[in-house]
Amino acid sequence: MSFRIPCPQCGERSAYEFRFGGEVLTRPQAGADDDAWYHYSFVRRNEMGIQTEWWYHRFGCRQWLQAVRDTRANRVIRAYFPDGKEQTDLGTGES
Amino acid sequence: MQLFSNGQMWRSHELKPSYDVAIVGAGVHGLATAYYLGRLFGIRKIALLDKGYLGYGASGRNTAILRSNYRTPEGVRFYNAALKLYEGLSAELEWNLMFSQCGHLTLGHTDTAVAGLRVRAETNQLLGVDSRIIGPDEIQKLVPHIDCSSAPRYPIMAALYHPPGGIIRHDAVVWGLARACDRMGIEIHTRTEVTGFRVSGRKVESVITNRGEVAADTVVNATAGWASTICKMAGVSMPIVSHPLQACVTEPLKPFLNAVIVSASLHVYVNQTGRGELVIGSEIDPYQSYSMKGTLPTLEQMASSALELFPQLHHIRVLRQWAGICDMTPDFAPIIGRCEELDNFQVDVGWGTYGFKAAPAAGRYLAEAIATGKTPDIIAPFAPDRFRRRQLVGEKAAAAVSH
Ligand SMILES: Cc1cc2nc3c(=O)[nH]c(=O)nc-3n(C[C@H](O)[C@H](O)[C@H](O)COP(=O)(O)OP(=O)(O)OC[C@H]3O[C@@H](n4cnc5c(N)ncnc54)[C@H](O)[C@@H]3O)c2cc1C
Ligand SMILES: [Zn+2]
Repeated sequence: MSFRIPCPQCGERSAYEFRFGGEVLTRPQAGADDDAWYHYSFVRRNEMGIQTEWWYHRFGCRQWLQAVRDTRANRVIRAYFPDGKEQTDLGTGES
Repeated sequence: MQLFSNGQMWRSHELKPSYDVAIVGAGVHGLATAYYLGRLFGIRKIALLDKGYLGYGASGRNTAILRSNYRTPEGVRFYNAALKLYEGLSAELEWNLMFSQCGHLTLGHTDTAVAGLRVRAETNQLLGVDSRIIGPDEIQKLVPHIDCSSAPRYPIMAALYHPPGGIIRHDAVVWGLARACDRMGIEIHTRTEVTGFRVSGRKVESVITNRGEVAADTVVNATAGWASTICKMAGVSMPIVSHPLQACVTEPLKPFLNAVIVSASLHVYVNQTGRGELVIGSEIDPYQSYSMKGTLPTLEQMASSALELFPQLHHIRVLRQWAGICDMTPDFAPIIGRCEELDNFQVDVGWGTYGFKAAPAAGRYLAEAIATGKTPDIIAPFAPDRFRRRQLVGEKAAAAVSH
């Protein structure tokens, strides 16, 4: 099976329409200690299994979305916009 | 006289209850570490534990390019030590590794790329590595069939020429090291998957596998693309992401290309094997993954970039395409040495797309670190805690696509 991502705006597309943006991380608060910044800057979970990631639909709606993916088979279980709103049917004509 | 021996290259064993050293991953790095522990330091009660067969990982999937023309002084010194060890390894192992030092050319197609190559040439020369900038005339002489005209979209402006670089037979390296390990009594356990560790305080007491549990004084993680999974089992965090890297091989042709050609701008590299096939490699897939399946877009990209360099290949067929998993680090340099969190857990990881050429030096000096408890200077810059200290080893410009 080829690697496809269901964009909440545009529907299911080839992963090659998207730019990978890495694992979803929580940015440390200002003033956090060095250890927190070390983890945020360098350490990655690099899950062999299911992880949540950023993807940018550059050859589509040009929006950043998050996807839950199994990295063993490149199967996307869920994709959504980060504010959590379902935006499958905006119909604004703007894309 | 017996021309072909019936003897096995390595034997299988029952797992013993304990070992001096347990090495997770029996790719070229795990094997090299075991080999030098046994040969130079007399440590032979070693178990190599691998979930697959020998060569299941990137060690059986790479494009076998060796070179030492890196960018940082730390990198150049280290990779050159590896190249020197490789030069003597066929004789040492009594096993032909078919190392062909046919020369390595990194092409520059833009002013910026050429400036980067100049920096490397200067650093290389200061450290005694044979490496220099050559222009299109000399490139054309070395590689008569490459398109040095102004026709391509990105014409070739110059190249970093590295005569001692070349290609080796990667399977032979793995098998030769495995045989040498076996002869020293080092045990190779394939189909043995590590599923966890028993950790007490700052020490890994034992390794849990699908075939039982083994105690070890020292545990080494040499699992490259799977490095994060093993570190996680030990409670150690790693600045690594795993990306697939793809390559392909064409039908055999008469010998016409006697150098390794790399173009970072075109994201491609090409060489011709002793069998006449062209091996063509790409840059990493642009997303993290543990899937070892080839993809059509990457095949198209490899083919179109190779045709920019060698348009006359347009009718040549591709025989195979494959992928391996690469453990990428933030600075494109490896991570070697003891992890801060534990006293007896060593890593030899972060080999990305360039670790095959490094194996003898990584194995040799990690073996010394394990045997003596002291970190040799040559691998000190690659210590796991360098990210905490913010002392990175910027090798990206020389390692990203160049292999
Ligand atoms: C297509 C491609 C081209 C490349 N080209 C070059 C090149 O031209 N030059 C170069 O220098 N480098 C190249 N590389 C990189 C190089 O191949 C690797 O860096 C190197 O082989 C890594 O060796 P290793 O022994 O560390 O890991 P591997 O050979 O990947 O071995 C890791 C082993 O760990 C085992 N393992 C994983 N999980 C477990 C577990 N839970 N329990 C037990 N065992 C486990 C695996 O089965 C595997 O055998 C290339 C890589 C690829 C994929
Ligand atoms: Zn979209």
